[in-house]
Amino acid sequence: MLTISEVEHVALLGRLELTGEEKKLYQEQLSAILEYAKKLDDLDTGDVLPTAHVLPLKNVFRQDEAGSHLESERVLANAPERDGNFFKVPKIV
Amino acid sequence: MELHYMTARALHGMLKNKEVSAEELCRAYFSRIENLEEKLKSFITLTKTQALEQARRVDAKIKQGQEIGPLAGIPVAVKDNMCTEGVRTTCSSKILYNFVPPYSATVVEKIQGADMVIVGKTNMDEFAMGSSTENSGFFNTSNPWDTGRVPGGSSGGSAVSVGAGEAVVALGSDTGGSIRQPASFCGVVGMKPTYGAVSRYGLVAFASSLDQIGPLARDVTDCASLLNVITGHDPRDSTSAPGGYRDYTSFLVDDVRGIKIGVPREYTGGGIDAGVRQVIAQAVQKLSSLGAEIEETSLPHVEYAVPCYYIIAPAEASSNLARYDGVRYGYRVEAPGDVVDMFKRTRSLGFGSEVKRRIMLGTYALSSGYYDAYYLKALKVRTLIKQDFDRAFEKFDLLLAPTSPAPAFRKGENINDPLQMYLSDITTIPVNLAGLPGISVPAGFVDGLPVGMQLIGKPFDEGTLLKVAYSFEQNTDHHKQTPPL
Repeated sequence: MLTISEVEHVALLGRLELTGEEKKLYQEQLSAILEYAKKLDDLDTGDVLPTAHVLPLKNVFRQDEAGSHLESERVLANAPERDGNFFKVPKIV
Repeated sequence: MELHYMTARALHGMLKNKEVSAEELCRAYFSRIENLEEKLKSFITLTKTQALEQARRVDAKIKQGQEIGPLAGIPVAVKDNMCTEGVRTTCSSKILYNFVPPYSATVVEKIQGADMVIVGKTNMDEFAMGSSTENSGFFNTSNPWDTGRVPGGSSGGSAVSVGAGEAVVALGSDTGGSIRQPASFCGVVGMKPTYGAVSRYGLVAFASSLDQIGPLARDVTDCASLLNVITGHDPRDSTSAPGGYRDYTSFLVDDVRGIKIGVPREYTGGGIDAGVRQVIAQAVQKLSSLGAEIEETSLPHVEYAVPCYYIIAPAEASSNLARYDGVRYGYRVEAPGDVVDMFKRTRSLGFGSEVKRRIMLGTYALSSGYYDAYYLKALKVRTLIKQDFDRAFEKFDLLLAPTSPAPAFRKGENINDPLQMYLSDITTIPVNLAGLPGISVPAGFVDGLPVGMQLIGKPFDEGTLLKVAYSFEQNTDHHKQTPPL
């Protein structure tokens, strides 16, 4: 069973703020899912290579040529807050 | 016959012969949508103005005597996780409630290039995480066969739009069954192509090594026609396959003689609803009587597919969804304190509970000290699952299984038990883990609810799947049934 402080640690890593109720709910649900995932330990995978990707593609290269890009006005059009040609966020430092 | 249950192929003939104009067709579909939407709620956004403009362009081509493509003027619905330039794209998430993409996904450009008429953006489980469309951040969608039941998910809105005659065909995306399972629940054809066959450029990412866009249609012919439009190499997607594409309609031949089909015993036993088992047994009988060579086989590791998937997919999702931080687009919390406070509260208020659950699960599986035990372990088991399929395909041309262990379930039935909901994906998930093509075709009914048969093929062998699906369809009439609306 995950502890509440483990739940809080994972929430911080995932940049989530959970209510007390959510912490308890996720503690139970994540513990149940992770317990179920322990089923994978039934299999001996000592000599098995991992598959991150099924396609037999290696590096995909292209010519280093300048292409077109979106105009900054269109890129900024969805910004919750902007200042001229910048995305605006609360003070960082 | 009413326009709303006709196939694209039939409508193409009518458009060419000027029995109907593209504008009339478009208006007929919008009047159908207006009649049904209160009941079904398939769409988040309707694009009537743009649709009518596009239809009139097609009419102008026809009037000038120009050749039109097989899907020109055909109303199509698009899942709301594919970017449409100038048209809101929400992923059914509050965090993207106001997002208007500055560019279109490659598939959207392709269907527009084929002169198709986009009628709207369809409802889905938030960020495609779910099997019932109940995780939409906005509202539920109803199954047209029984409005008390779910349409499946995550491409629930797309499947309903086709099944109820609100669109002729639709695009969905399939990460663990999200095209095939709702297709099965709604009595339509749905295909997940081979991983890499359809560009993911402009598809909002959920689990990048598993996500694949595919068609939903009323029959196999329309499915093949739409597949022709959307497949192909795209330099903007580094996982796009460079070759192996065909004219998929060339495989629409009614002949399964000598085709070797394996039926994995893991999908015919307990855990599968008795009615579904019976439908699948009858489908096997039918294909056998048509000359297919059918034998039982085994995929010994598929029982590990669900835990494997529910580590890998959330891990990829937790990384992909890190971008929703309230900085560049989408929702931002009111009056944030500092930047980290803005990230945390924006994400906590913007994401729904299933999305947060998967971010938590994936973050945990990738976190220091647990990476090897969960994530790396799951990637190794993924190899074993893939090898099961490789071995089966040494002997068989394709595999046959139920699309889903049971017909559509009631709304609310699984929503409070995430693990139970995840287990409903047991028949579709292995196909994504192995990157294979899979198609669901209507195969019968249990208590008035549609049941799909799933065919699973070798990589880039969509052709054989379509050939067998087409032959089955030509010799049955399940796909011709319409819901009691």
